[in-house]
Amino acid sequence: MSYPLLEIKNATKIYSRGGTFFGSKKQVIALQNFSIKIEPEPATITTIAGESGSGKTTLASAILGFVGLTSGQVLYKGSDISLMSKQQHLDYRREVQAVFQDPYEVYNPFYRVKHVFEVAVNNFKLAKNRNDKRELIENALNVVGLRGKEVLEKYPHQLSGGQRQRMMIARAFLLKPRLIVADEPVSMVDVSLRSMILDIMLRMRDDFKISFLYITHDLSTAYQIGDQIHILYQGLVVERGKTTNVIENPKHPYIQLLIDSVPVPDPDHIWNEKLELSAEEETRGDMNSACRFYARCNKKQDCCLVKHPPILYKMDGSDHEVGCHLYKPL
Amino acid sequence: MITAQLEMLKSLETESRWKFVDPILEVKDLRVHYATPSGDVIAVNGISFKVNKGEIMGLVGESGCGKTTTAMAILRLVQPPGRILGGEVRVDNVDIIPLTPSELRNIRWRKLALIPQGAMNSLNPIMQVYDQIADSIKAHEPRTPEKIIKERIADLLSLVGLPARASKLYPHELSGGMKQRVCIAMAIALNPPLIIADEPTSALDVVVQRLVAQTILDVKQRLNVSMILIGHDMGLQAQLVDRIAVMYAGNIVEISPARIIYKEPLHPYTKLLISSIPSIKVRKPLQLTSGLTHDLRNPPPGCVFQERCPNVFERCRKEFPFLGEVMPGLEVACHLYDDLKMQQSI
Repeated sequence: MSYPLLEIKNATKIYSRGGTFFGSKKQVIALQNFSIKIEPEPATITTIAGESGSGKTTLASAILGFVGLTSGQVLYKGSDISLMSKQQHLDYRREVQAVFQDPYEVYNPFYRVKHVFEVAVNNFKLAKNRNDKRELIENALNVVGLRGKEVLEKYPHQLSGGQRQRMMIARAFLLKPRLIVADEPVSMVDVSLRSMILDIMLRMRDDFKISFLYITHDLSTAYQIGDQIHILYQGLVVERGKTTNVIENPKHPYIQLLIDSVPVPDPDHIWNEKLELSAEEETRGDMNSACRFYARCNKKQDCCLVKHPPILYKMDGSDHEVGCHLYKPL
Repeated sequence: MITAQLEMLKSLETESRWKFVDPILEVKDLRVHYATPSGDVIAVNGISFKVNKGEIMGLVGESGCGKTTTAMAILRLVQPPGRILGGEVRVDNVDIIPLTPSELRNIRWRKLALIPQGAMNSLNPIMQVYDQIADSIKAHEPRTPEKIIKERIADLLSLVGLPARASKLYPHELSGGMKQRVCIAMAIALNPPLIIADEPTSALDVVVQRLVAQTILDVKQRLNVSMILIGHDMGLQAQLVDRIAVMYAGNIVEISPARIIYKEPLHPYTKLLISSIPSIKVRKPLQLTSGLTHDLRNPPPGCVFQERCPNVFERCRKEFPFLGEVMPGLEVACHLYDDLKMQQSI
């Protein structure tokens, strides 16, 4: 029986914060009932999109094992990551790699950048001797368009943000991962250099069959490279499906607002209408709240206040699903 | 062929708009260097440009190109190891480079205000909104009576679309967008004719960004204030600015009306910038660029962009291309257009 590469079942993460001496701790639901399946093949780029507070960073942390879930499971090749044996865990750590947002803070500024590769190769015993190690590192660098002699001996501050980020991708690639979790990999990189990094992700998918979980708030880049997209709002999935379908034909009022608000680089194509201030006000719901978007929605109905989160309705037989009562089947 | 290109550019934007009538800001040959142990880094390499009254000018470029340094120099806020080597910055016809600190205090906030990068994070966490805005008014106009301050703040809050009750709130009770609008209110408190906004929406979500951008446009229309909008989000720039100045490695390489630059960028670097904007409307293959900026301590002779330019030819490696007018309002620093520039000066 073949398992999906990564499966998340009903993941929920609740943070308790605040609380005075007299009690009343406040609960923040970062993620609620999130489920996803990423198959071992074909290799895909799945985008998890959302604004700040949507839960996407919590999701990345849960997948990488940095935080535990309040309920639900993260299964890698069928095994729950919180119950893995030591060997299974080691394999997991190698096969699921990460690239983070800040291409500076991930480096120890006292070491030359070759240090990050040495640590990876040594920890996972990837090379038998010096020559093998050198070759391995050089190959990984070539995949991202860099050459060892140009970069390895430099210190982090001597390289550009784009180069540092590419090196991080090379380091992930070195370990021959099955899945790379990329959390806002280009948002701190100059605009003119972003395409290069996105292109590397596409080539890794196509040439090396590595899948990506691309986590971002930037719908434009998601549109350019994602195969599937899941959009989060206050911890819940509000719309998901094939990227082109969702972005070209958004159904959920929140997604429509989002896409409409992305500034188009054309001075003759300004924003459609003036936004009302209510578009900004937001309250955070609790477990039993109804639709999280109610306060800001311009198409709200009474049923949206019914006390359960909207289920995902399927749009005309495809895998395009929306969490909005507007699309309730009649 | 030259005339054809000129004609096409002219068809995109009417000339008369850009005959400079009344610049609120005139920068001439501004030079800023940063001292380092291995020599001076040339951060701003003798740039010149004008901003008209009632105009929003975009200033774009990669990180390290000198746009923030330029803003700091205009405000006379360059700190060591940076220093202004030369040039003129005329604000409302007064060159502010030679002014003394007390003379500068008269200019700042009254003639020239700043919304710095990450402004919303630098609001005083233990002061209510009212007190913070009042503070900025009193710092530059200390003799304003309390009654006037109260009225002024009420006006300001309404101008930026904040509810009156916001004046009693602390920063942590405000959302990111609301905090940014408080910063905008502070900048317009003394009705300056020119505001410099450095990435005013960078940390904000897309929808909030739209609201804040709307506020900026509202403010500009109602007060007829001029602005320099520094940023790298070309999509946002298109929504807000009248003209764009593109900087690369300390130099301005192109200044062009917004309508023209997005359709017909002239400088090869601008072309790169425009073509690398990901679109949410059209799924197209990714545009790749190559090469790195040169070492800012040792710029090569000739054009600063020669290492990355796909159109480089011999002249580029020897002669520095100066910023020259191709038509009123459109200037470019590139040898590809030497003939067009000559045409203009005839």
